[in-house]
Amino acid sequence: MKKLRKPEELSILFEDSMRLLVGGFGISGTPLTVLDALAKFEAGNYEVVSNNLGDNGKGLHKVFMAGKIDKAIGSFFTINKEAIEAWSKGELEIELLPQGTLAEAIRCGGAGIGGFYTPTALGTKLAEGKEVREIDGVRYLFEKAIKGDIALIKADKADKAGNLVYHSTARNFNPMMATAAKIVIAEVDEIVEIGEFSPEEIVTPHIYVDYIVESKYVKQGGSYIETR
Amino acid sequence: MKLDNRELIAKKIAEELQDGEVVNLGVGIPTLVAKYIENHNVYLQTENGLIGMGPPPAEENIDIDLIDAGKTPVTITPEASFFDSAFSFGMIRGGHVDVAVLGTLEVDCYGEIANWAVPNQPILGVGGAMDLVAGAKKVIVASTLFTKDGSPKLVKKLTLDSSGERKVDQFVTEYANFMFQDGEVIVKDIYGSLSFEELEEKIGFPLKFKITK
Repeated sequence: MKKLRKPEELSILFEDSMRLLVGGFGISGTPLTVLDALAKFEAGNYEVVSNNLGDNGKGLHKVFMAGKIDKAIGSFFTINKEAIEAWSKGELEIELLPQGTLAEAIRCGGAGIGGFYTPTALGTKLAEGKEVREIDGVRYLFEKAIKGDIALIKADKADKAGNLVYHSTARNFNPMMATAAKIVIAEVDEIVEIGEFSPEEIVTPHIYVDYIVESKYVKQGGSYIETR
Repeated sequence: MKLDNRELIAKKIAEELQDGEVVNLGVGIPTLVAKYIENHNVYLQTENGLIGMGPPPAEENIDIDLIDAGKTPVTITPEASFFDSAFSFGMIRGGHVDVAVLGTLEVDCYGEIANWAVPNQPILGVGGAMDLVAGAKKVIVASTLFTKDGSPKLVKKLTLDSSGERKVDQFVTEYANFMFQDGEVIVKDIYGSLSFEELEEKIGFPLKFKITK
């Protein structure tokens, strides 16, 4: 299977100062295995676009603790104590976006749209310095699209062509991120034969996916456990 | 059984919801509303990508990839569907969510709220709060009326960072249900231990009284 890789084989893709799009909400829908590997690769000084910086010591938290993140763009870093500490010392740059604006910016990035006008955040601190425009009597805020160099996403299953299906609310930011980066790495729990998915159920068509990694984590009760 | 303040607020809000409405419940007191809407047929939307949220699962059925926006495990109802975050916030901003129930830190007399930036803490999290304020057809705020040190959360002018220009429709507290009209605060219903006059005195500016039931 030409897209399947071991996580350590991905190191050649990463270069200093790249912008990485990383899927997940909390750590649900996060490519935990790929991020474990990323924390050990040589490259660093990344700009990371993700809702938050991991949680409970997992996911992007490890990459951050390895000192590899210079800037984080996301919507909810309140749960990331170490990141807040680094931010207050000036060691980490943070750009905060409302969650829906973050999602739409990535969607636009992958859909050939340069930016969009949204009513969200009008009249708030997060609107400072941003263009306001009235359209048909309603005021909107301009937000730029977001694209990345590499997207690190998590799906439930891939077929051998790279088509992806997702599991419940672990879908979150992953389908948009799959469209908005030059290289897309998808971590999955299971790889199946081509034809096992109905074309109707495929959420991310294979053309978006460059590499597939098998997850080393399984769900047990209330947590993700590293097994393989 | 006497309800504590948080439960009372949740129950009062559940009474405001209509059959068939699409409702998004924020974290905290808003989450409790779900317990009191058993007799209604409302569709619960959660912004991390689900419409048709059911009650919490039994311990042995927890799936940590099936969660609400507060990252608590949930279940799904028979007509539920999943979608990605861009679609979910399109649903919210596009006016397809009838009611958002949100917590708050402050509400001003126009109904503008501050519910994201915690005082004296670095502002590093907003989540979906601003999208819900801007996008839901109706916004109901659920909160106790006073802070721990006794100062009212209903204020003439916001002292904390605004969550957006959009004004909320109702502020449901453990004492009363407030509505907003051009800078006037209207008491829609009183059910707590404080009279109208006592509420006015504690809040510190004039209110209007209008039972709309």
